[in-house]
Amino acid sequence: MKVTEKDVAYVADLANLELTPQESTRMVADLNSILGHIDKLNELDTSNVEPLAEVVSAFAGGEGSQRFAYAQRPDVVKPGLSREVALSNAPDTDGSCFRVPKVIER
Amino acid sequence: MDINVLTIDSARKLVESREVSAVALAEAHYAQIAERDGVIGSFLTMTKERAQKQAERIDRMAEKGDPLPPLAGVPVGIKDVLMTRGERTTAGSRFLEKFVAPYDATAVQKLEAAGAVCLGKLNCDEFAMGSSNENSAFHPVRNPRDTTRVPGGSSGGSAAAVAAGFAVATLGSDTGGSIRQPAAFCGVVGLLPTYGRVSRYGLIAFASSLDHVGPLTRTVKDAATMLEVIAGRDTMDSTSANVPVTKYAAECGREIKGLRVGIPKEYFGEGLDAETREAIERRIDGLRKAGCEIVNVSLPHTEYAIPVYYIVATAEASANLARFDGVRYTTRSAQAKTLADMYRKSRDEGFGAEVKRRILLGTYALSAGYYDAYYLKAQQVRTLLTRDFQDAFTSVDAIVTPVTPTAAFKLGEKTGDPMEMYLSDIYTVTANLVGVPGISLPCGTNREGLPLGIQILGKHFDEATVLRLAHAMEQEQL
Repeated sequence: MKVTEKDVAYVADLANLELTPQESTRMVADLNSILGHIDKLNELDTSNVEPLAEVVSAFAGGEGSQRFAYAQRPDVVKPGLSREVALSNAPDTDGSCFRVPKVIER
Repeated sequence: MDINVLTIDSARKLVESREVSAVALAEAHYAQIAERDGVIGSFLTMTKERAQKQAERIDRMAEKGDPLPPLAGVPVGIKDVLMTRGERTTAGSRFLEKFVAPYDATAVQKLEAAGAVCLGKLNCDEFAMGSSNENSAFHPVRNPRDTTRVPGGSSGGSAAAVAAGFAVATLGSDTGGSIRQPAAFCGVVGLLPTYGRVSRYGLIAFASSLDHVGPLTRTVKDAATMLEVIAGRDTMDSTSANVPVTKYAAECGREIKGLRVGIPKEYFGEGLDAETREAIERRIDGLRKAGCEIVNVSLPHTEYAIPVYYIVATAEASANLARFDGVRYTTRSAQAKTLADMYRKSRDEGFGAEVKRRILLGTYALSAGYYDAYYLKAQQVRTLLTRDFQDAFTSVDAIVTPVTPTAAFKLGEKTGDPMEMYLSDIYTVTANLVGVPGISLPCGTNREGLPLGIQILGKHFDEATVLRLAHAMEQEQL
């Protein structure tokens, strides 16, 4: 599978990245070089192998997931960041909300 | 007092005996930083007021004769991917150049609660993506052992600071080798704790199934002490494990006789530099003489680890970095007129080339039509990699390997070809993919005087055995 300029433009669009023509040319070359190496995975027959999503529960004879059992906690409200602190790094606010450019043009 | 050779114990003793105050200790480190970090480039931000306040608090305790906590007065540095409340936290990215952290990472909070004096924030590859620290948006870091060479990455600032006498210990993060590889390049100790051993609350996420927080230090015992402080469950991180914290420092010095140490042949094949191989073989011989049983093991899927890693890590990164959108985190392009513009232009201006490359690769691997071929396939091979380790650990207690194929390379040597840079992670990424703990410790120097490293990997949550072996190796110069 060869990645083309068109593929890179499509993926850049999905990822909300803007690329200059030079960047785009470089990315085509880089992605092809990296994916060429990644194609090595096709040497392996994995048709009967479960995908692994989380390492620890796959391990330690089944006790893995119990180690995380407490991750289910009572639904109790606790203090979080104040509005002021949460907004403190925002590029633009109205003092109580984040402000963004107009979403719907009329 | 020679601050270049201070350890946690010796620094703490100076403060406890009031031979040197915590304030003076911090000042001595700042003086060394002022003198030499212009060349090395390990710090991005100094946190002098914070350090002063903490050092004064420790000195008041010492004066009153109060019992001092385990890191009392110990000057530390924090990789700039960990949040420090009220201090700039950049992740080495232009995007976060002006970001001020609203809270402390749990690991930072625990270090300070244990008395550590946080001197500042350490340079790293942008969003921890890199193996040489050349991807920092601000400036590269130079290796204190040879300033024409890289310190490794992505925790390059954390390793260089310990090696250059700027801090007694530092925190780093390791997603594919980012603590262990720079430790090896700079001749210090770097510890990768088990996945879930240390809370990641307040760590700026790169790849969540692979990210670990861990220490870099001058000695194995210091790494053990640091781990003892930062380990443990944290209700703010649901991936932190509910496993009791061992007295790790007490493991250092325990007998290693009878331990079974595995040598995986796949880690000693083509591509490994001859001097590194010799140095490691000498250490293995030493372990044998010390009464360890040396067992040949096989981790047959090792050659697939890099492809798996660069799919999984980039896929997760593409999701994690979606939050940098121009709304919440300081940067918004002044050119943005529409909402779509705001996303694109802010990300374009804020992210460097390597970050864009990885976001694109990850997005590609997750996109419709390619998900099965890349992401699913990679996660299946990840299962095979974990089985390799499960099998090996039925016959051994720990595994010894190289950390890197070569000693530190020159600045600019590998920046032209990303794949060549990625391949330098070949011996480190697997531990992250399977979640096991590991340590990188110095094992001599090559003919050019550059440090070489050796890696010990252990079973899940068995940092104790890893540290015990590493300590014996360090003490006996095995």
